[in-house]
Amino acid sequence: MSVLVFADAANGKFKKSAFEVVSYGKKVADQLGTNLVALTINVSSNEELHKYGAEKVVSITENKLATFNAKAFASIIKQVADAENATIIVLDSSIDTLHVAPLVSVSLDAGYTSNVVALPTSITPFTIKRKVFSNKGFANTVISTDKKIIGVAKNSFGIHENPVSGTVQNMEVSLSAEDFAVKSEKVEKASGKVTIADADVVVSAGRGLKGPENWGMIEELANVLGAATACSKPVSDLGWRPHGEHVGQTGKPVASNLYIAIGISGAIQHLAGVNASKVKVVINTDPEAPFFKAADYGIVGDAFQVVPELITKLKAFKEV
Amino acid sequence: MKILVCISHVPDTTSKINFTDNDTKFDINGVQFVINPYDEFCLTRAMWFKEKQGATITVLNVGNATTEPTLRKALAIGADDAIRVNIEPKDGLSVAKQIAAVVETGNYDLVLAGRESIDYNGGMVPGMVASLVNYNFVNGCVGVEIEGNSAILVREIDGGNETLSSTLPLVIAGQKGIVEEKDLRIPNMRGIMMARQKPLQVVEPVFAANATEVLSYQKPAPKGAVKLVDADNIDELINLLHNEAKVI
Ligand SMILES: Cc1cc2nc3c(=O)[nH]c(=O)nc-3n(C[C@H](O)[C@H](O)[C@H](O)COP(=O)(O)OP(=O)(O)OC[C@H]3O[C@@H](n4cnc5c(N)ncnc54)[C@H](O)[C@@H]3O)c2cc1C
Ligand SMILES: Nc1ncnc2c1ncn2[C@@H]1O[C@H](COP(=O)(O)O)[C@@H](O)[C@H]1O
Repeated sequence: MSVLVFADAANGKFKKSAFEVVSYGKKVADQLGTNLVALTINVSSNEELHKYGAEKVVSITENKLATFNAKAFASIIKQVADAENATIIVLDSSIDTLHVAPLVSVSLDAGYTSNVVALPTSITPFTIKRKVFSNKGFANTVISTDKKIIGVAKNSFGIHENPVSGTVQNMEVSLSAEDFAVKSEKVEKASGKVTIADADVVVSAGRGLKGPENWGMIEELANVLGAATACSKPVSDLGWRPHGEHVGQTGKPVASNLYIAIGISGAIQHLAGVNASKVKVVINTDPEAPFFKAADYGIVGDAFQVVPELITKLKAFKEV
Repeated sequence: MKILVCISHVPDTTSKINFTDNDTKFDINGVQFVINPYDEFCLTRAMWFKEKQGATITVLNVGNATTEPTLRKALAIGADDAIRVNIEPKDGLSVAKQIAAVVETGNYDLVLAGRESIDYNGGMVPGMVASLVNYNFVNGCVGVEIEGNSAILVREIDGGNETLSSTLPLVIAGQKGIVEEKDLRIPNMRGIMMARQKPLQVVEPVFAANATEVLSYQKPAPKGAVKLVDADNIDELINLLHNEAKVI
């Protein structure tokens, strides 16, 4: 019996969520009195994971996986889970992992809960707490299958150091042609931009900005803060900003440390997708805007005056 | 081409979420149910295939009789027929097994489902169905074109898009982008009249045990009041974010 964590990486480097799920997995292994195994695919410096409690790292190197492939990844996770006799599998909530997790669930016949926000509250029955109704509620859920998959919601547990000495072991896996039936043809990424998924800070703007020509100051504010940019749904529907920036209940979820909402009214569908952010700052001319009720800090004011000043002051703040 | 669109019956996005029976049940009192928004995008995409390339569209829900108005709405938008698997959905894996049984019986070429249902937010049923029936699978789809037996798909990735190719049969989990918001179909009077005549078949479930079960629900802790900062006192905001919230 063991706890297996898949530590997701991009271009050979761990995502931040990898450290979060290893930290989580370590605590679960301790709760169960068993050992933790971390699985990595195409990562060369695996020792980093020892710092978060992974005694053993199983490292897979596979040339055919220069780009992500959901079925092949799922097949690898199953093979390693079998080899390590894993009963609990811990995954993050990255876009790629969300693609893979349901496939693993079927191949291991393991109950899977996504959006998990805390450590198991009970081992028998195995009970976890997860977000439901787009952040408007939590469900305490029992997983009753022998094997269990826990999908940890981003930024819900945090990264905790727990240094151990450990080993890295290479393992051969077998992949079939069928695993590559869906082929990657092309990857297009805006380079050098912070993504909403990775960002600690997200700067988001809505229809209050009047038009796409006014996004210069939003981008600049994001730059100063090392933040990702986002927008409300109408803004992407109007074509002012790309679809990938639309956040909310029907867009991307945001679970950053800081979310700055500028000229966004705070409709229930918008809030549902951003409520998981820790600290919310709202800048809006209308003191009655519903977003103020959901915010931690607010400025009632005109974005066209407040944002440029915020940029100037933040630059000065960053310099000292 | 035979298309199956999986329709989740969910509370309208503006619903207030409450729990009853000692916090063990979702309170449906006063809640409007709708087609899951992601499924609506998929259904519109399916209509496009039907009109431009020739296809039949079956819509499917796993649920009790209360979901039938939602299926009728999907028929009014333009699906040809509907299937309801008569069981209360309790868990993703068991729902996927019910859907898989329908897919195998009906031999569909393309199964469209939503990226996630906005009630339980599992984000798991489509991938599980694909895995159970051994179809190819693409998640988070924002584009799909089909020529004969081949499909070109675009899925969203962190900070961009990935283009993929696959053959049919195929399961796609779609989201906004697979069609644009402005192209979403709204049922018209004629559609609503015709929907009444279209077949809605009720089938009994296959045996599939639940893998997970909800014991109880909780609401998030109430939030404290917002701290307002004067528009001409930006220094104070920076100070609060740095020293109090510790986020910059
Ligand atoms: C099924 C469904 C799903 C939806 N899903 C989502 C979703 O996922 N995400 C989402 O965002 N929305 C979603 N919506 C839309 C949502 O209901 C709102 O319409 C939307 O969030 C409003 O966007 P907004 O705040 O940018 O625009 P508005 O509501 O127009 O608000 C603009 C705000 O800007 C303020 N403002 C104006 N001028 C200034 C200025 N100079 N400086 C500062 N502030 C200013 C105004 O006071 C106002 O509060 C959904 C709707 C439906 C029906
Ligand atoms: N009970 C159900 N009946 C039909 N389709 C469903 C059901 N539950 C989920 N789905 C489909 O699977 C998608 C993802 O759902 P979920 O995995 O529950 O987030 C939904 O958008 C639907 O297309």
